[in-house]
Amino acid sequence: MEGFDEVIEEFLVESYESMEQLDQDLLALEDAPDDRDRLASIFRTIHTIKGTSGFLALPKLERVAHVGESLLVPLRDGDFSMTHPMADSLLEMVDAIREILGNIEANGVEGDAEYDNLVKTLEQFSAGPTQEVDEVEVNDSHPSNSSDVKTEIDVTEAEEPQAVLEKVDSQAKTVKATSKKPVISPQPAEANVSTTESTERTSTLADSTVRINVELLDKLMNLVGELVLSRNQIIQFSENSQDAAMVVASQRLNLITSELQEGVMKTRMQPIRAAWSKLPRVVRDLSASCGKDVIVEMEGEDTELDKTIIEAIKDPLTHIVRNSVDHGIESSTEREAIGKPSSGKLCLRAFHEGGQVNIEISDDGGGINSERVRSKAIEKGLITPDDAERMGEHELINLILLPGFSTAAEVTNVSGRGVGMDVVKTNIEKIGGTLDIQSQTGVGTTLRIKIPLTLAIVPALIVGTSGEQFAIPQVNLLELVRLDSNREGEKIEYIHDTPVCRLRGDLLPLVYLDEQLDLCSKRSQDTQPSELHIAVLRAEDRQFGLVVDAITDTQEIVVKPLGQHMKHIRSYAGATIMGDGTVALILDVVGLARKSSVLTEGRDRTTRAGNSLVSDADQDRKALLIIERSDQSHAAIPLSKVARLEEFSSQQVERGGHGDVVQYRNDILPLLYLSGYGAASDENSNTSLSTVVFSDGNSSVGVVVGKILDIVHERLDECDESSKASFVINDRVTEIIDLPSFVVSQRPDLFPRSVPT
Amino acid sequence: MPANQPTRNSYCTFRVGSLSWGIKVSRVQEVIRSQPMTCVPLAPNTIAGLLNLRGQIVTAIDLAKQLGLPNSDDQTPKMNVVIRSSDGPVSLLVDEIGDVVEVDHDFFERSPETVQGPHREFIEGAMKLDDRLLLLLDTQRVLSLEAA
Repeated sequence: MEGFDEVIEEFLVESYESMEQLDQDLLALEDAPDDRDRLASIFRTIHTIKGTSGFLALPKLERVAHVGESLLVPLRDGDFSMTHPMADSLLEMVDAIREILGNIEANGVEGDAEYDNLVKTLEQFSAGPTQEVDEVEVNDSHPSNSSDVKTEIDVTEAEEPQAVLEKVDSQAKTVKATSKKPVISPQPAEANVSTTESTERTSTLADSTVRINVELLDKLMNLVGELVLSRNQIIQFSENSQDAAMVVASQRLNLITSELQEGVMKTRMQPIRAAWSKLPRVVRDLSASCGKDVIVEMEGEDTELDKTIIEAIKDPLTHIVRNSVDHGIESSTEREAIGKPSSGKLCLRAFHEGGQVNIEISDDGGGINSERVRSKAIEKGLITPDDAERMGEHELINLILLPGFSTAAEVTNVSGRGVGMDVVKTNIEKIGGTLDIQSQTGVGTTLRIKIPLTLAIVPALIVGTSGEQFAIPQVNLLELVRLDSNREGEKIEYIHDTPVCRLRGDLLPLVYLDEQLDLCSKRSQDTQPSELHIAVLRAEDRQFGLVVDAITDTQEIVVKPLGQHMKHIRSYAGATIMGDGTVALILDVVGLARKSSVLTEGRDRTTRAGNSLVSDADQDRKALLIIERSDQSHAAIPLSKVARLEEFSSQQVERGGHGDVVQYRNDILPLLYLSGYGAASDENSNTSLSTVVFSDGNSSVGVVVGKILDIVHERLDECDESSKASFVINDRVTEIIDLPSFVVSQRPDLFPRSVPT
Repeated sequence: MPANQPTRNSYCTFRVGSLSWGIKVSRVQEVIRSQPMTCVPLAPNTIAGLLNLRGQIVTAIDLAKQLGLPNSDDQTPKMNVVIRSSDGPVSLLVDEIGDVVEVDHDFFERSPETVQGPHREFIEGAMKLDDRLLLLLDTQRVLSLEAA
């Protein structure tokens, strides 16, 4: 129902807005009854309300709007012209609509009033001008400035005295009486009060939202950007200031600015629904034309994104969805043949994670055939057979993001022209996003897009080289490393004359920022400085170390575009103004990586293929803790289930109510013993107990495992998680221990939630 | 300016090298003193750098280099003539700022064919003032060229 309420709310806001217009239009019409444009506009408004109310199952509103519309049709077509009483009843209709809208807003229902009289009057008017004579007569019987309520009652009485309820009748009499007397009786006054009340009520929702020009929002955003810069400046001053009041004031400014920035950012946020809304239609049309049956599922439609980003991802998303339907999902017959449900499923998911928005588009189609990608890529000369040999499956699949790649056997009118995914990728990278594909043959494909929440203000690392300052967006930053050649094991090594360094065993290509920017000539091997500041950056799937002279600070920066004449320099993403008022260039990490050949256009995915292979394979593998039991047999525990590894001395072990315990982090940690280990048998000896700490919820337990041998990464696809599973690991038969079920079976009292039922 | 003399225009004048130049005042946003500038590595050498104009980042073009004039030995800091362009304000670095002069369009003449050299294409024409020739700078041309 939540979605429905939203629809109603939108309808209410929209209707209130048009009601205002309607009043004005109707009043203007009285002066110029032949204004066709205005009539047409009124007609449209009423028609919209009628249509929507029918759709939202609001029968009373629909009925009232419908008769109004019927009267407006001949008026608009010029069959007869508007008369005063017609205008009155139309205005009354507007009031009625407003009242119904008010009731809907207040109570969620249309209200009890029936509006039969109003409907009748309007029907009579629309029947034709013959009725007009009566009306004029009625109209003459009371002053023309009578309130709407009066008109209603009067009209009713004149035409259908019997049908009117007694109450209305008596009211009508009073009104008659007032119309004779020049003094205004309390009755109309009351009516007035009730009108104002209802306007007050109706205005609440209409007043709660304001339509704002996007340009104004953009301007506000820019101004906030300026404010952020000024704030940075003032904070810098205040840091050097001894004046406590100044410090306090600048801190306040800091807080308020951050809040304001957040608020203004929010105004530009839109739910991703805005970008998704047309996709079901795209899928429907496309699947129909391909003879496929596809169900679209959406999750996290309320995830909010900056408006500019929503605009930017619309097209790539459409393209991806088209691709999934056209290439990914098989036809119904094919699907049935391989035992899948006949209708394919396309799932769109959006969620926030780590300051970024993740969008996943997954289908349960045939997946990407990495063999076909491999042969195609070789055939098109995108990679060499040698390269292909060294590539992992994941990397092979991501080849489809290269320009000029398409595996579609035939070019359809939808996709397959080979200009697809690379454009998608470029577009997503343009807004600072990344695109990753995971696919399993026969099971499906998942595309994962990660994009920043907003483009305007980004956190950045400020670095210096050759006396200049540069900003590096933190999205690209992995870590900072300081390399001191005088220390053991820290030095620059060379492959031919390309500098690299070892970072935790992997080779990291080094790129000197000043060399890349032509600020100094290329260093030779013997002119290396002994101490290096390296920012480890990620460009696409590659890592490289950017060598700078100094790493200054992190700062929120406002990205400003460079002028036309410098746009073509791909090493820069823009410029920003620093706290001290100087201008600093923002480095485009991907552009820089391209320039320094860390990334080469299209080809050469091999420089770090070895490493990627490992990490790629790691994704499919499980980290296992290998232990040796007392009987020399090996067992393994999935590392993901292990909270910590601890060593306790057997002298620390104390006796508790349920067995052995140790004092651990100011708490009592119950100890369990894996089969093959009895309780600390020899209480006098001081043996150390290798213990695996398992945590679930608030409870922790230590499992004494004996001897920890190693941690290995093994592929255990067929692992069924049961404790009986055994594998050959490192040439030894190794039993996999399912730690959670072991712990729970031993101490169900500690983990009541996990006890299998 | 009286309405019956629509051909009179005001020009902001300045000196680059030994030449006197003018730009229609309506195109000039402001004239400011030498500003601290951030150089842009890899950019064409006619781009002197970026400067912070009240929170706006403005590209500064070294007009002498752009016009292909010989490097002056003048060590005095250059002045900024900030002109409006479709791409936001752009600053032109000049050697010296002159007066704003009001000149009748009758004084205008296209530059003769004999004017040669790289700066020829940037000259719209000359205003024949009493004491000197005021060269009108084709700002469109200056901006479009460095965009290329």
